[in-house]
Amino acid sequence: MDAIQNTALVNYCIALGDDSLTLGHRLSEWCSKGPFLEEDLALSNVALDFIGRARMFYAHAAELEGRGRSEDDIAYLRDCREYRNFLINELPNGDFGFTMARQLMVDVYDTGFFTGLMQSAEPQLAAIAAKAVKESRYHLRRSEEWIKRLGDGTGESHARVQNAFNQLWGYAAEMFEMTADEQLLLEAGIAVDRAGLQSDWDAKMHAVLEESTLDIPAADWTIGGGREGRHSEHLGYLLAELQFLQRAYPGQEW
Amino acid sequence: MVVADNTQQTTRLYELLSKVVDPEIPVLTLQDLGVLRAITVEDDEIKVTITPTYAGCPALETMRADIETTLAQAGFPSVTVKQSLSPAWTTDWMSEAGRKKLFEYGIAPPAAAACGRETGPAACPQCGSTDTQLVSEFGSTACKALHQCQDCREPFDYFKCI
Repeated sequence: MDAIQNTALVNYCIALGDDSLTLGHRLSEWCSKGPFLEEDLALSNVALDFIGRARMFYAHAAELEGRGRSEDDIAYLRDCREYRNFLINELPNGDFGFTMARQLMVDVYDTGFFTGLMQSAEPQLAAIAAKAVKESRYHLRRSEEWIKRLGDGTGESHARVQNAFNQLWGYAAEMFEMTADEQLLLEAGIAVDRAGLQSDWDAKMHAVLEESTLDIPAADWTIGGGREGRHSEHLGYLLAELQFLQRAYPGQEW
Repeated sequence: MVVADNTQQTTRLYELLSKVVDPEIPVLTLQDLGVLRAITVEDDEIKVTITPTYAGCPALETMRADIETTLAQAGFPSVTVKQSLSPAWTTDWMSEAGRKKLFEYGIAPPAAAACGRETGPAACPQCGSTDTQLVSEFGSTACKALHQCQDCREPFDYFKCI
């Protein structure tokens, strides 16, 4: 592997870690605030899966990079513009309907993405993907059930979850836009062709929304930039909380 | 279980590690759980390979420390505990003995072959009734779901299939 490809691969791993860490952090904010005890546990458990996934991607990036940075350095010592996550993952939780609507969109994407990444020519990425895909399928079972229950539930739950999808829909676009780094890795058989995941994502989302008696939101706006480090204002607040301890007390352990 | 080296020492190491249990489900050894994947000895270097059940399972660090402590106390101070992700852990690796112990402990074991959508506990671990209902897809730890018996009404953990 040449230096350019190695740098692209490090960036790829970091971006995948960033997706997992930001969403894992958002989900962890539900801990002790879930609508009822079982759901509180579920949200925290899913958060743990995402944070575990982030660790694996960061640890692999640190090893490939070989410059002495650790997985913790990558998580705690980069600022907003260096984060490469999709914007959808950093959005505040909103109400429970909003959190589950986002979760469904991400879970459907993740099951497709990680199924593809299992075929990666890079063995550690394929191994992480094989682990992650099992968890994401399980997450999807729950997010799908919740959307059906909320969408086809009361007038209030229907309206809230419909509103959530309307607010979130345009954030899906960047999940299917390839970066130059990824294109390079795709040619080497390492990366997933994300553009190719969109038709399956659309089909699955439409099926679930229809069964949930929800309208497919109009595709009249999109927003992106996460993979280039252009974020919403929300990421700064998220990182301020996530990174506070390591910024205030560098290298602190317990 | 992958046994890469059948020397006397490896057998001894397996014996020692057969006492190390899951910190959150102490009736299960790491071997019962299928988390202990290999022990190899090369040129006096001991390498223990474990695999995580779930990516973010917080018990993994404790398991690692428990392996190191157990071996150090038995006179093997220099041990490398390696984490392997591939092949990904599955509940299919749980031993028969482990499944039996789980049931007796009050946790319904995972269905024998992993991962159909409709799998669930075979029976309530309290009264044996097969009439049970899912309460939540997630339970007290990442590896469990919460069910309730419709006959004795007891809620119980189900070790979910993955």
